[in-house]
Amino acid sequence: MPTGRFGVHGGQYVPETLMKALIELEQAYIRSQNDPRFQAELDYLLKNYAGRPSLLYYAEKMTSELGGAKIYLKREDLNHTGSHKINNVLGQALLAKYMGKKRVIAETGAGQHGVATATAAALLGLECDIYMGREDTERQALNVYRMELLGARVHPVDSGTKTLKDAVNETLREWTRCIDTTHYVIGSVMGPHPFPTIVRDFQSIIGREVKKQITELEGRLPDVLLACIGGGSNAIGLFYDFIKDRSVRLIGCEAAGKGVDTFETAATMTVGKLGIFHGMKSYFCQDEYGQIAPVYSISAGLDYPGVGPEHAYLKDIGRAEYVAVTDDEAVNAFEYLSKVEGIIPAVESAHAVAYAMKLAPRMDNDKIIVINLSGRGDKDVAAIARYRGVRIHD
Amino acid sequence: MTDLERTFKNGKAFIPFITAGDPSLEITERLIIEMAEAGADLIELGIPFSDPVAEGSVIQQANIRALSSGTTTDKIFEMLRRVRPACDVPIAFMTYANPVFSYGPEKFMKNCSETGVCAVIVPDVPYEERDEFLPYCRKYGVELIHMISPTSNERIRMIARDAGGFLYCVSSLGVTGIRERIGDDVIEMIKLVKEISDIPCAVGFGISDPEQAKHFCKVSDGVIVGSAIVKIVEQYRENCVPYVKEYVMKMKQAIL
Repeated sequence: MPTGRFGVHGGQYVPETLMKALIELEQAYIRSQNDPRFQAELDYLLKNYAGRPSLLYYAEKMTSELGGAKIYLKREDLNHTGSHKINNVLGQALLAKYMGKKRVIAETGAGQHGVATATAAALLGLECDIYMGREDTERQALNVYRMELLGARVHPVDSGTKTLKDAVNETLREWTRCIDTTHYVIGSVMGPHPFPTIVRDFQSIIGREVKKQITELEGRLPDVLLACIGGGSNAIGLFYDFIKDRSVRLIGCEAAGKGVDTFETAATMTVGKLGIFHGMKSYFCQDEYGQIAPVYSISAGLDYPGVGPEHAYLKDIGRAEYVAVTDDEAVNAFEYLSKVEGIIPAVESAHAVAYAMKLAPRMDNDKIIVINLSGRGDKDVAAIARYRGVRIHD
Repeated sequence: MTDLERTFKNGKAFIPFITAGDPSLEITERLIIEMAEAGADLIELGIPFSDPVAEGSVIQQANIRALSSGTTTDKIFEMLRRVRPACDVPIAFMTYANPVFSYGPEKFMKNCSETGVCAVIVPDVPYEERDEFLPYCRKYGVELIHMISPTSNERIRMIARDAGGFLYCVSSLGVTGIRERIGDDVIEMIKLVKEISDIPCAVGFGISDPEQAKHFCKVSDGVIVGSAIVKIVEQYRENCVPYVKEYVMKMKQAIL
């Protein structure tokens, strides 16, 4: 496969102004991979700052309640800043610093990537601007304040659907204005090459740890890996080290919103078709003329009309499966995991939990499922209360 | 002589941009005819896209207005079929990769050649990805316009060597939109192009007044003006045609 391609997917579909930065980024990334000082610094931060390795926890109560496969939770929610996003952000922010950039910018949906970026920027002494859809700043108001506490400036985006897609548009526009001084910390395995590869590599620590941990605990590989998928960074992070282990089923759980037969959905793999957008060729929710569709999910982090190119490729070759999970199912799973295991998951991760609740009872009890619990749910409590019609004061 | 050769034979070229369907395709049809009469050497016609990442707020809003008025790629081709008997001004499309890709690049370029669209400008298809559309462009005699920008540096030679039609020279960093001051980076860029190629160079991004147009035409073969015209359309909506015509005349005069 040519560099930057995953089958037909991927590529570098960006304005000429950005090409220089992408070429420089690729060169800097290759240098960093062979630079022991960079690797040592990143390892140190992942261990001592982010709290890695994250736990692989046997959800015993959930397992016995559901009465089927054994369920393990990969506790990315326990990382510093509360999600898997920190893995990628520490890597990219360090890379930015090595490249001599003074400032980082990022898009954010739920705010987790924005918080992680603001955190890394504070730590490494970089200026930070975060772009966030106006609608998301409202449903995730606490995260906005959190980013500001960390010293970042948060810019609400009022164009288009005022959600993640528009935040990406605005961050790309900002990047073309200040390309010499600024690095764009893309939050998922999306965008133009080399981002899907860089972000995947930084996130693949999740799967490498799982492989080691499950081998120690069970003496074998799991049967199923489950992860929620918007752009797909936590999913590819979990899947990547297992792609060559053909016995392991890889299942991405995308957001069906109010249902894949409605317009209020973000289930790209189910309803999308091949297109070119945000720098990459991949699957996108779009109309017959290629206009990108306004998508919807209760989860701001999965509310995105596209999917990373490597996932599109894994779907094409049949190596990974992608299923759609509705708002209702995700909210039920959010409440279920809270009550049964005492773990409040991010509503994004709850999509993967929801699918495990369907799948586990249909599997034998000598089978093993690993769910990527990509983030913690504190940020979602107010939104879930609203969903249930409960009035609370934040 | 091809349409693009015609564009640059009449002294310095003035290339106005409008978004098709803003505020309606009926107005677009009249704007094409009147801008041609006012001296436009090539009209850059935007096919609206939901997420125009290379555009500043003025043209973003035009895209929204055009899409809300029900504009589609098919309706734009129909409009061009209506306008063509009356007006033979060279026309280039400006749009993003996805509208072309989803329409089917082969069908898209075929329709272009049938409606007298001589070139397509697709800002999110850089030199490295040109093969996405180039084979279809060649098959139907439509030029795929390449762009260079102030960050292109050593890429300029590579791009200029392969470019056909004209070279779109982006004046400054950032997205489209009126700029009070534009640096002279683009002048150095054009000098570099001219060392290795005689391809016409047109400068775009930020130009709005006759002085700026005149300044860049000292070295370039033409100027492209978008946001300043779209602002007039935004201000006068259905009544914009005479105002746009007057503006185009003024700009063309300035660079004669």
